[in-house]
Amino acid sequence: MSTPRVLIPDTAAAGEVIQIRTLIDHPMITAVSSDLPRDMLDRFEVTMNGEPLFAYDFYNGSAENPTFTFFARIDAAADFVFVWTHEDGETFTVERSVAIG
Amino acid sequence: MNISRRSFAALAGATSLTLATPALLRAQSAGRLVVIGGGFGGASAARYARMAFPDVDVTLVEPQTSFVTCPYGNLILGGKRVLSDITHSYDGLRARGVNVIHDRAQDIDADGHRVTLANGEELEYDKLIVSPGIGFRWDAIEGYDEAAAEVFPHAWTGGDGSQISNLRQQLEEMPQGGVVGLSIPGNPFRCPPGPYERISMIAHYLKQANPTAKIMAFDSKDAFSKQGLFQDAWEELYGDMIEWVPGNADGKIVRVDAENKVFFSEFGEEHRVDVGNVIPPQMAASLAHDAGLVNDSGWVPVDQTTFESAVARDVHVIGDANIASPMPKSGYIANSTAKTAVAAALSDLTGSGAPSDPVYFNTCYSHAGEDYSFSVVGVFRPDGGEIVETPDSGGTSARGPLTELAETRRLEAGYADAWYDSITDDMFS
Repeated sequence: MSTPRVLIPDTAAAGEVIQIRTLIDHPMITAVSSDLPRDMLDRFEVTMNGEPLFAYDFYNGSAENPTFTFFARIDAAADFVFVWTHEDGETFTVERSVAIG
Repeated sequence: MNISRRSFAALAGATSLTLATPALLRAQSAGRLVVIGGGFGGASAARYARMAFPDVDVTLVEPQTSFVTCPYGNLILGGKRVLSDITHSYDGLRARGVNVIHDRAQDIDADGHRVTLANGEELEYDKLIVSPGIGFRWDAIEGYDEAAAEVFPHAWTGGDGSQISNLRQQLEEMPQGGVVGLSIPGNPFRCPPGPYERISMIAHYLKQANPTAKIMAFDSKDAFSKQGLFQDAWEELYGDMIEWVPGNADGKIVRVDAENKVFFSEFGEEHRVDVGNVIPPQMAASLAHDAGLVNDSGWVPVDQTTFESAVARDVHVIGDANIASPMPKSGYIANSTAKTAVAAALSDLTGSGAPSDPVYFNTCYSHAGEDYSFSVVGVFRPDGGEIVETPDSGGTSARGPLTELAETRRLEAGYADAWYDSITDDMFS
């Protein structure tokens, strides 16, 4: 479980707005209505060249396998870091780069 | 029935010369209804037009010389039916005086009230009912074109029966322990529970013929029709043979490689399959596009009481091609709405009253295994320009352990068979 996946183009034209999609396999068990132990992600953060691009705090209303779609304008080559943080502190990280071309 | 009018109608269809003399036709009949498409919507419309309005000339245009139903096609995969069981003749409609022309309608001239056939013949009409069915968005899944559909059959239109037969044959020939992959589209599409009945019927066959085989069902959606009932059945009947992969677990298939038999998911996972069934995203059939009847959604907007096109007068569009949410794209809805569309279309020709408060019915039965079926029922009414589901009507079969519900599931299998016999009689007898 917890396989993080990121869909992002390898290249973009300067000034182009690209779509980014992310998906992480995760059960997101709240333990509110079951005897299973709580197993929840806490936060998802994306940085672009070190600057914050997108962040999301998960709460009990979050469904399993959370997926996000968002957009970014690419003015120059960009390095993206995607980090999912579990409530227990464990992190899952994906790094991807978009070149101008 | 008036025999002379019936033979006159047959003659009228045979030569364009006769059709070019509407004054003569006028003298003989209350008007001319042309119906395009001989499926659940069109066949029902033609039949009910003859029954309710015997003074109207009815012509049905359908390229296939017999009709293979999509409902019960999955039972071929399960080994419970053969193709001839779900193939129906147009002879019953001919006997009712419908002039059946086996050709493809090429174009509709709504202003000129004229339909052009592929053979060049032109049919003039006073009222037109179009029930063209679905077309596929061939560009939606990369690598899935008509050639690839011979390797990965869609089996989602009846056609000449070759698609469902192809899929059945591939299942029979699959090596022991092989993998069957399905690609299931997002909403809206024809027959919402259909892919899941198909999964069940494939499992029903494999359990007997190839018990170590596996079914991987890749879905663009996160939820589906009668989901709880289907998943209960899969667990009860087929153990771990079936794996359903929802959209939120990267289930959406965006590319296929027919040569190497690989499905590719949205996030780049590769899935090798031995047999693939790709049910592509859909839209209204090409005729509706060519005739300018569709909007940006690719489906046909219609008045929700009369089913008259939003853009073409005297053209009523029924069946899966139209927009009539929240009603499902089902054969039953096509049949139910066909009757209202006929009454609405022919009311001013015949002086009969237009339907003012119609009710549309839908029941979708699904076979999940031997003596194991369940259903969803919906009752719908137009209300303020929209269609709404009637409160406290319909619903789905009860969920619960098979030990308690075996008799209910068995009875519903019988009801399903009776439904099939009834509705095909209601179209073709």
